[in-house]
Amino acid sequence: MDMLTVEDLWVAIDDREILTGLNLRIPQGETHILFGKNGSGKSSLLMAVMGFARYQVKQGRILFRGEDITHLPTYERARLGLGMSFQRPPTIRGVKTADILRACSGGQVTPEVLAGLYNFTDFLDREVNYGFSGGEIKRSELLQLLAQNPSMVLLDEPESGVDLENLEVVGEIIGRLLQKERRRQNREKSGLIITHTGFIMDYINADQAYILGNGRLCCHGHPRELLNDIKKFGYEECARCRR
Amino acid sequence: MSEIKERAAQSRDKRAPLGPDLDLEGFSRQGGDWEYDPQFREFSPEERGRLLTAGIELTDEDHAGTFFQADARVMHCQANQAGLEVLPIGQALEEQPLARELLWRLVPVDADKYTARAELELDNGYYIRALPGVKAPRPVESCLYLRTDRFAQHVHNLVVVEPGASLHVITGCTTHPGVRSGLHIGVSEFYVRAGASLTFTMVHLWAEDIHVRPRTGVLVEEGGRFISNYLMLRPVGTVQMYPTVTLAGEGAVTRLNSIIIAHPGSTLDVGGRVVLDAPRTRAEVIARSVSTGGVCINRGHLLGKAPGIKAHLECRGLILAERGVLSAIPELEGQLAGVDMSHEAAVGRIAQEEIEYLMARGLDEEEAVSTIVRGFLRVKIEGLPPALEEEMDQAIRESSRGM
Repeated sequence: MDMLTVEDLWVAIDDREILTGLNLRIPQGETHILFGKNGSGKSSLLMAVMGFARYQVKQGRILFRGEDITHLPTYERARLGLGMSFQRPPTIRGVKTADILRACSGGQVTPEVLAGLYNFTDFLDREVNYGFSGGEIKRSELLQLLAQNPSMVLLDEPESGVDLENLEVVGEIIGRLLQKERRRQNREKSGLIITHTGFIMDYINADQAYILGNGRLCCHGHPRELLNDIKKFGYEECARCRR
Repeated sequence: MSEIKERAAQSRDKRAPLGPDLDLEGFSRQGGDWEYDPQFREFSPEERGRLLTAGIELTDEDHAGTFFQADARVMHCQANQAGLEVLPIGQALEEQPLARELLWRLVPVDADKYTARAELELDNGYYIRALPGVKAPRPVESCLYLRTDRFAQHVHNLVVVEPGASLHVITGCTTHPGVRSGLHIGVSEFYVRAGASLTFTMVHLWAEDIHVRPRTGVLVEEGGRFISNYLMLRPVGTVQMYPTVTLAGEGAVTRLNSIIIAHPGSTLDVGGRVVLDAPRTRAEVIARSVSTGGVCINRGHLLGKAPGIKAHLECRGLILAERGVLSAIPELEGQLAGVDMSHEAAVGRIAQEEIEYLMARGLDEEEAVSTIVRGFLRVKIEGLPPALEEEMDQAIRESSRGM
């Protein structure tokens, strides 16, 4: 069964077209990688899938486990099982990280236990994202997702701003989120990960990758091969090739 | 006629420099004839519920002292700990030379018509004194209650915390559930002696047509500490107050916290002034206000007059409704080199990005807004009764609705 299906999706921000007829299928248990130049619309795709108001769907459908969620509010999508880690999340003054971890899990998770697993206990009493370094932001985002326990995980550049030491922890959390410890056929979680560097692919085995260009997906293939092609030939060549 | 009475008489109709002017003749001076109630038996469940949301628990247990005044009548007053004096101010003025000596020293009787009326037509108030070195681990609970519609209540409160003593006073100022209109004039003078500590938590829980004019002066001596917490979470007619804290002794410290929700129809002109008049004194003024359609002017004035002082003023406001008005007026005044004073003021609305971020975590819009508002209003206040914490959560949830 497909976890996420995007059909002929047209998305605009303030009447500026960002996505123009994008199609995508992510089966249950698979992790896909999304490459693309800066400004190509990768983050916009994730935002549109989460249903943020600024990203207006002009045409097409978004299906989650076969259910049309195109017009559902964001929180209902989250409650159905979609979860997202933000590239640059906002700071929420006065709200403690422990509070948001509790809220994400509907009170099911003990923040101290979860944070203790990933050396994040000292941050529980701090305001959400306030004064956090790049790596701390990513860990905070991923812990929130662990608390939320989504079936479809959307990650926007999870390795950006993370030093090598923390990259391992980030990779470990993503692996747990996507049930990488299980055999592939037994995995229930799916992922869509935006990456520029591909560093995160050292920690998780992704199943497929695409390039987003000109508002739609092009040039899909094996994640490692595609990354090598991009490094060798650049995005322009990949966009032309349309494999 | 005494000099004080004379000055009051001359200021009987003197308009206050700030806040909407009130016609005092529009209020009644005829309060209820309430009996003294040593067991708190004369309160209906409805009244008890109302008082509880103002932080008033109506019990002598868990309180170092209690004082309850309805309209002009003192219904309950007692000290429950040795070394504490809790009296109606009228009685204190008759029996205690100290009370007479300290009255009208920190607030000028002729400041405006409200102070003048409190002198000319006094309806009591409380006198609380902690003797030297006495530590009161439990708070003194006091309540100034409007139980009769249209009544104008004039009170004068005096708190003295003698050297080395420590005290927490929780004052709930509120109305009977059936009272819609009225006036509360409250003059308060607090003396925090050397090395003493006073925490004063004031909760205002009024009604739509209640007008409130507190007039407060505080003196903190060497090494003393004064913490003020002010909560105003529900609708009111108008409030105007501008308490002044003078840090008169070396190393004295103050922190003024206020948490305000301005509802439609409410006009609040509030704030605080701190005079740092001795070396190495410290002050912090933290104001958080939210408008759901009302007007809130938040003033702050720090006056640095001695070397080595440090003071910070933080005034932040959130507007949750189209027609809400918030105004932050911070003022810093240093009168010599070597003072260290700063301020931070911001007024705005909640960023859509923050709401959507929390919605992406599964919170619906109302939950997201109230989480953000709760965080915004989160100011560390120690020793709040649990019912008051619940009332705060409830008020925030209601304010976040329909945004």
